[in-house]
Amino acid sequence: MASVTQNFMKLFRGSSSGPQGEAPQSAHKLTRRSSGLGELARVWDADSPLCVLDLGSTSPSNIRFFTERGHKIYSEDLLVSSTEPHLVTKDEEGKVVLDSRRFLADNLVYPAAHFDVVLCWNLPDYLDESLVRPVMGRLWSVLKPGGMLLAFFHTKDAGPDSPCYRFHILDKDTLEMQKIVLRREARRGPTGAVHTAIGDGFRLQRVFNNRHIETLFRDFASIKFFLARDNVREVLVVR
Amino acid sequence: MSAPLSGDLAQIGKSVFIKGELSGSEDLYVDGQVEGSIALKGNSLTVGPNGQVRASVEAKGIVVQGKLDGNVQASDRVELRKTAVVTGDISTQRISIEEGAYLKGKVDIQGKAEKAAGK
Repeated sequence: MASVTQNFMKLFRGSSSGPQGEAPQSAHKLTRRSSGLGELARVWDADSPLCVLDLGSTSPSNIRFFTERGHKIYSEDLLVSSTEPHLVTKDEEGKVVLDSRRFLADNLVYPAAHFDVVLCWNLPDYLDESLVRPVMGRLWSVLKPGGMLLAFFHTKDAGPDSPCYRFHILDKDTLEMQKIVLRREARRGPTGAVHTAIGDGFRLQRVFNNRHIETLFRDFASIKFFLARDNVREVLVVR
Repeated sequence: MSAPLSGDLAQIGKSVFIKGELSGSEDLYVDGQVEGSIALKGNSLTVGPNGQVRASVEAKGIVVQGKLDGNVQASDRVELRKTAVVTGDISTQRISIEEGAYLKGKVDIQGKAEKAAGK
């Protein structure tokens, strides 16, 4: 139990020692209980197969978790997709932004009302500003009425080093969090383009307050907040 | 990992580019580029670390170490190794995914009964 508490405190404080990428992979893993995930557990146990969209890094654990229960899982890493160089453009003021229309032409291309559950994890905190609202709009449309979306938000800025985690489901209300350490070598994305913009990891882009979150999900039917001790606000919204 | 050498294994080397329909009744190792479709109903396909396959694939077993862009249907098993980059839907009875593999698409695990019913 003590280690879980320590993990809570370590979470989102940023890296403390050692160069990134040199520590063993296990050093970047933490476990935490998730009330939002626990709330979703009732849905997993449904008799009918569900369609689940996981927007984090490809997770063998999550794929196993859902397929063992007879559900269909779709995996799409939007953070990595957002680093495609061809998305970079300029707005009317000449400011560098990402082309959201192009992004949505390549990603989240699903029929309307297709998913029962979307696992957003910490995507809104790390996604480029120009993509956040368009992506949330698309997620609303691909969720079934009554479908649920789970997202995590920082409650305060832990600095530019706030590590970005990938989330592996261990149990109905338990997650393993693994710090994303990108490989040193350049990695080719799905289109074959070399990702160069991501450096050693993804950076926290902003901190949403409650009102921002409510505005972000204003098209959804209901929103439920779960405050955790680790400076994280879990949000479960229903379309 | 090097390609297994076997009498019943066809190999497409890394300098080879094939466009069209590939079908056969022996295992296939692709370390080059293939565009089109691959059908090896009773046999296995391995996409090697240098392999770039842009095709719909139907095989008994499929192992991916390189890049595969297309829908995948395996009657037995799919393995995504840590260097795999797969874009497409996967339908199979069993799947194993190594840490580090990239997948953009659906995973649909079908039981034997479902397969037989063609669902």
